[in-house]
Amino acid sequence: MNGRGGDALPELDEADRRQASLPPVARLATATLASIVVGGIYMASSYGRTVTLVPPLVLVAVAAAVLAVNVTLLARVNEFAWDSFFQVTGWALLAYCAIAGILEFVFIYDRTPANQLWLLTAMLVLFAVDIPLLLGFSVARWQPIHRADDSATMPTAQSG
Amino acid sequence: MAEAFEVGTAARVPLHGTVRDQADGSGPVTVPEFSIIPVRGLPIVAVLVAGLVAAIASNSLWGLTFFHVAGGGLWTSIDLFVGLAIGPILGRLSVQARTEFTVRFMPKMILIMPTLVAMTLGAGFQLARHLGNLNATYPHHNWLVASYVIVGIMTVIALGLLEPANLAVLFELKKPRPNGARIGRLMRVFIYTAGITGIMQIATIVIMTFLASR
Repeated sequence: MNGRGGDALPELDEADRRQASLPPVARLATATLASIVVGGIYMASSYGRTVTLVPPLVLVAVAAAVLAVNVTLLARVNEFAWDSFFQVTGWALLAYCAIAGILEFVFIYDRTPANQLWLLTAMLVLFAVDIPLLLGFSVARWQPIHRADDSATMPTAQSG
Repeated sequence: MAEAFEVGTAARVPLHGTVRDQADGSGPVTVPEFSIIPVRGLPIVAVLVAGLVAAIASNSLWGLTFFHVAGGGLWTSIDLFVGLAIGPILGRLSVQARTEFTVRFMPKMILIMPTLVAMTLGAGFQLARHLGNLNATYPHHNWLVASYVIVGIMTVIALGLLEPANLAVLFELKKPRPNGARIGRLMRVFIYTAGITGIMQIATIVIMTFLASR
């Protein structure tokens, strides 16, 4: 079934061949997410105590840096289904901004101290950008690329 | 492309689908028409989220307990059921049956799972705060931290692997020529990660029932 147990390997299509040239966006986005989650666990586990905020601050900085590198690497890709990417990322951004908004409401409602609130807000912003980026990339990487000259060439090729 | 029909019933019932050749050459497969986001489910999600916000804003202990227990119970059950029961069954179905199941099941999961996770975690955090369980002075604080770690790992798996695979499968099935091998690979990621998070949920149940009985 997976092509390794004696079955013939399925023929690679255009999207499969494109994968090697794509940057590791999914892995970097997961690394960003992991940094945010670890920072969040640290802050939740020290709730009600006065503890140093250096570890979560470092984790937020790492998450922000990885996310910035990720966006930069992706922006440099030419052969990519950008229409699919923006479609999925846009809707996911809307959904994850709503989720982040609810969490922000909870933190403000709980009268979270200002320094912790800023850190948690930064984590939520990174989270709300990182996940849509990951979802958009995960879909668009397998989608066909619509080039500008496709509309002119396709009907001719089909009718021929 | 021909219109697809469901066989085995007294009448030929149109599925409003299309017969699509698979890009890997493994034969045509009928893909029923489907919506990636089931729009009819959005009002239900909106009601649940509004209820969660109301429970938090009103400090309703019953409301918070309801959202935490109901959300957590469903989240755990669905994860375990999908990973350990549906997954192995799905693996033995024909490509056609798997496709029909997938296009009806996966869009619902896109709405159900994030809603349940938000309900469980949002209400759970507030409930623990009200009960004083979040404080470091709480005698079983270490157990609570262990549950944070488990939920954290599940979050990374669910958002980093499971949800991207879910969406990618649905978009692949929307193509004129879906790639069966790719769908198979992505579905395996979905099923395995659902199984892993399901097993991790058992650890969460152990911790939560321990804390609730103290």
